[in-house]
This record gives sequence, C-alpha cells and structure tokens, in this order.
Amino acid sequence: MTTPAVGAALPGFLNENLVSILNGLAVGMLLFTMAVGLSLIFGLMDVLNLAHGAIFLLGGYVAYQVIVKEGQSWLVGVAVAVAFGAVAGLALGGILRPIRHRGHLDQALLTFGLAFVLADLATIFWGSDFQSIPSPVFLQRSVEVLGQFYPAYRLAVMGVGFALAVVVYLVVERTQVGAVLRAAVEDRAMVSALGINVGRVMLAVLALGTALAAFGGVIGAPILSLSPGVDAEVLILALIVIVIGGLGSIPGAFVGAIVIGQVQSLGIALVPQAAPFALFGAMVIVLAVRPEGLFGSR
Amino acid sequence: MIEPLLDIHGLRAGYRRSVVLQRVDLAVQEGQVVALLGRNGVGKTTLVHAIMGLVQPSAGSIRFGGQELSGRTPDQISRGGIALVPQGRRIFSRLSVEENLRLAHRSRDGRHDLDSVYELLPRLYERRRHRGRQLSGGEQQMLAIGRALLANARLVLFDEPSEGLAPKAVDQIAGLIAGLREHGLSALLVEQNLHVALSLADAVTVMTKGEIVYRATADVFRADPETARAFLGVG
Ligand SMILES: Nc1ncnc2c1ncn2[C@@H]1O[C@H](COP(=O)(O)OP(=O)(O)OP(=O)(O)O)[C@@H](O)[C@H]1O
Ligand SMILES: [Mg+2]
Repeated sequence: MTTPAVGAALPGFLNENLVSILNGLAVGMLLFTMAVGLSLIFGLMDVLNLAHGAIFLLGGYVAYQVIVKEGQSWLVGVAVAVAFGAVAGLALGGILRPIRHRGHLDQALLTFGLAFVLADLATIFWGSDFQSIPSPVFLQRSVEVLGQFYPAYRLAVMGVGFALAVVVYLVVERTQVGAVLRAAVEDRAMVSALGINVGRVMLAVLALGTALAAFGGVIGAPILSLSPGVDAEVLILALIVIVIGGLGSIPGAFVGAIVIGQVQSLGIALVPQAAPFALFGAMVIVLAVRPEGLFGSR
Repeated sequence: MIEPLLDIHGLRAGYRRSVVLQRVDLAVQEGQVVALLGRNGVGKTTLVHAIMGLVQPSAGSIRFGGQELSGRTPDQISRGGIALVPQGRRIFSRLSVEENLRLAHRSRDGRHDLDSVYELLPRLYERRRHRGRQLSGGEQQMLAIGRALLANARLVLFDEPSEGLAPKAVDQIAGLIAGLREHGLSALLVEQNLHVALSLADAVTVMTKGEIVYRATADVFRADPETARAFLGVG
C-alpha cells in the first residue's frame, strides 16, 4: 500500500505531529464515552437524547464539587458523578415514558428542553467561569512516548476509553443481557412477547448510557475545562461520531470517535484554515460514500 | 362444562384510525387445536396480537386459565403461559440460533429446555452457531416454533406457520405441529393453507371483516366444502 517514499516520510510526519495525534486519541476516547450511550439509547429506544451533553457537563461539575470543593478523592468523585449520571438516566426514562408513543420530534424536543434546564442549573450552581479538576496526583507527570514527552493523564484517558470500548462490546456481543439488547434493537415487540420486560431493559440502557456520559465528563474535566457551552460542543461532536459510525453500532461509535478526534486535533493542526468545516466535511464524505455510516446496517 | 383455556367475548380491537375486530367470540379448550381461517386482511393477526397483549382491546374480555388478560403487557402474558409463533417468523436475524432460543427460555421447570428442543429439531442444533438471517425459511420457522416451545406455554398462538414456505418445508412444519398435538398441545392456529389447517385442527373457525362467522368441528367443516367456498373463496 505505502510507497517507499511515503514509508520513508512517515517517521518524520509522526515526529512532527505525534502530540496532535495523541491529543486526538484522547479526545476521541472522551467522545466515545458520550457517543456509545447516545448510540445505544437511539438504537434501542429510537430516542435521540439531546440532554446527553448536559449530563456529560454535569457529571464533570458534580465531580468538581466532590473533588475540588469537598476535597474528596478522585475515586469518590468518579463514583458520585457516575451515580448521578445513572440517576439522571432513570429520571429521563420516567420523563420520556408518557410520550413514548409520540414521534421522534416530540422526544427530541423534550430532551432538548431538558438540556437547557440542566445547563442553566449548572450555571446557577457553578457559575460561568472555567472550572477544572486537577488530574490525580499519580498521573501528574509526563511519560516518554516515541521519544517525546506526553502527559500521563491523557494516556490514562486513552487506556480507560479503550478498555471501556472493549468491555461494552463484549457485554453487548457475548452475554445474555447483550443478546436481549440486540434482539430488542431489532424487534422490541417480539422480545416482550417472549416474556422479557423491555421497558426495564430500556431503563437500564438509558441509565448506563447517561452514567457513561457523566463518567466522560469527569475524566474529560482535566483536559477540556468545564464551562457553559461545553455541553453543546460535546453533544454535536458525539452526534457527528454516531452518524459517521452508524447509529446503534458500538464499533461504529468507537471508530467514529477516533476519526472525529483526529479531525479535531491532527486535521486542524495540519490544515488550520479547514478548521471551521473539517468536522462537517468528514461527515459529508462518509455519508456520501456510506449513507448508513461506517458500521451502520440500516 | 369447565371453562375453556382461552375464552374471548365481544372483543373489539384495532389501531388508531380503524377498528379491525368488531365483536369476536372465540374459545380454545385445553388440549384443543382451533384453526382460524379467513382471507387476507380480515383481522386474524390483529386477534392474535390482542391475545398476546401487543394490541390493546377497546372492549370485551380475553380470559386465559380463568384470568382476565386485557390490560396486561405482552411480557406478563407470555410469562402467564401464552407463546406466540408470529406471522413472518420474526426471529432475531442478527442473533445466533442458540441466542434466539436462550432468549426465549424463561422457566427452568417445564417440559422443554434447550436440549429437548435440539432433540426435537436436530436441524437447529446443526445450525446453532449460525445467525438467524442465514437460515432458510423452513429453518427460521422451526426456530420460531422452538422459541415458543421453550416458553413452556399452556397455549401456543401460531400465525400462518406455513406462509411463504416451500412445499417440503410446509410438510415438515405441519408434521412438527402434529407431533406436538399428540403431546396435548393447546393452540390457536391461523392458517390460510386449508389442507394444513384441516390436518391439524380439532375445530375450525372462519373470520370475515373482524367477526367470527362460522365455527364447527373439523369433521363437520370437511364435510361441508360449500362453506369453505363461501367464506374463503377457495374450492
Ligand atoms: N399496525 C397497524 N396499524 C394500522 N392498521 C393495521 C396494522 N396492522 C394491520 N392493520 C390493518 O388491519 C386490518 C387487519 O389486518 P391483520 O393483519 O389483522 O389481517 P390478517 O387477517 O392477519 O391478514 P393476513 O392474512 O394478510 O395476515 C388490515 O386492514 C390491515 O391493513
Ligand atoms: Mg396476518
């Protein structure tokens, strides 16, 4: 595939852009924590949860409160934020229930409204300044990667995101719970006719998805900083990720997240003038070639 | 007389814009196979779905084993002892054969488990690692029936099990249901293939436009081809 000339040029290219590439991977993994839940929830419930970004941001703020303000450990901060995310998902399920037979637009509008409410609440509690959570002490150092120094924390985010992707994939593809989920994505009514309470499955997936988003907000906080507007930013990126990857597909969310992470980081480093439209350009290119997304099946 | 296993009275049901079932009365006794015949679009599937809880009745009652089913959800009705072999089979195409079956296996105590179903349907055992979509039509129907058996239900609703199958597969499926009948199957069998329906049923009912317009034992129906012509448009 690679000609000798390109092959020879590669080390130089890598050398110059290593940090951009690694940053792109870290951002990609953060996006994955958002996108995977968004995608699963959409696949199963046909609901595009536009409050997902707000839950990401609030997860970060909750952890900020626990870790920075209350002085608790990172572990406690993560646990509280994830629990918050899960509860938010359950509440969202309760709110969506009465309109579950209405169309996409009603549901999207409801979650959209909810996103505004949550974001406003966040501003009331935590203001509009940039807030950040310092990374855990044992990760506050740099590690040598291919001859360059890079923050250990960001490498850890990549590792955690990757591990998460593997675990979610294995649970969905290899376990009985995952089989129920895959079956329900295909034919919800038939699953319920087999004696399975699909409503409960959907609630569980909602709670899991929003817990992951909140988790993403926590591990993203030392990298992105928390402030109003981050919610919409990550939501749009995550939406592009799942459109590129294919709605409902976990490998799709993973690959889409890596692609968008690179477009955001490497792409903009290489072609700064393309920054305003690089994201949508990537989306248009993928959709023109594969309208169902890279891993989509519908 | 003891109460029928399934006892439907004055059932009215349909969809948002249309009432499909006007006033349906139907009973299935324990150990009985009742065939439900009728032309396309008269509401047979709607009736089956109403029993299963997939369509909400707007009036009337559906009693099963002495209990009212209206208002219950499909999963409650399934766990209560009714299994569905749906029209079009509706197996999960992306799940393996074995995953399809495991999904359906609810209770540990009952006549059927994975092994007994594989024994009854060795073809499914051979293809247990294949995805649903890789199966032939006949195999998919076997899988749909295997799924229903694993529910260890007291009543099975078959919605056109022979539809769209090659003649050989039709015979296989009919043979399979006949075998189940020997073991005391109670079932409502929607079937457009008159030959299949008559070979399996104890009683026959005919539906036109949302109402049951004819009911008789299978023997009486067989001796009365005029009726078949009149209601079904077949000879
Ligand atoms: N989901 C639905 N929403 C609205 N109308 C429906 C729906 N399903 C079926 N119908 C209509 O209800 C009527 C009865 O349909 P049903 O599927 O019960 O008939 P059927 O007797 O099972 O037909 P077939 O022999 O073709 O399976 C038809 O006019 C059909 O168009
Ligand atoms: Mg039908």
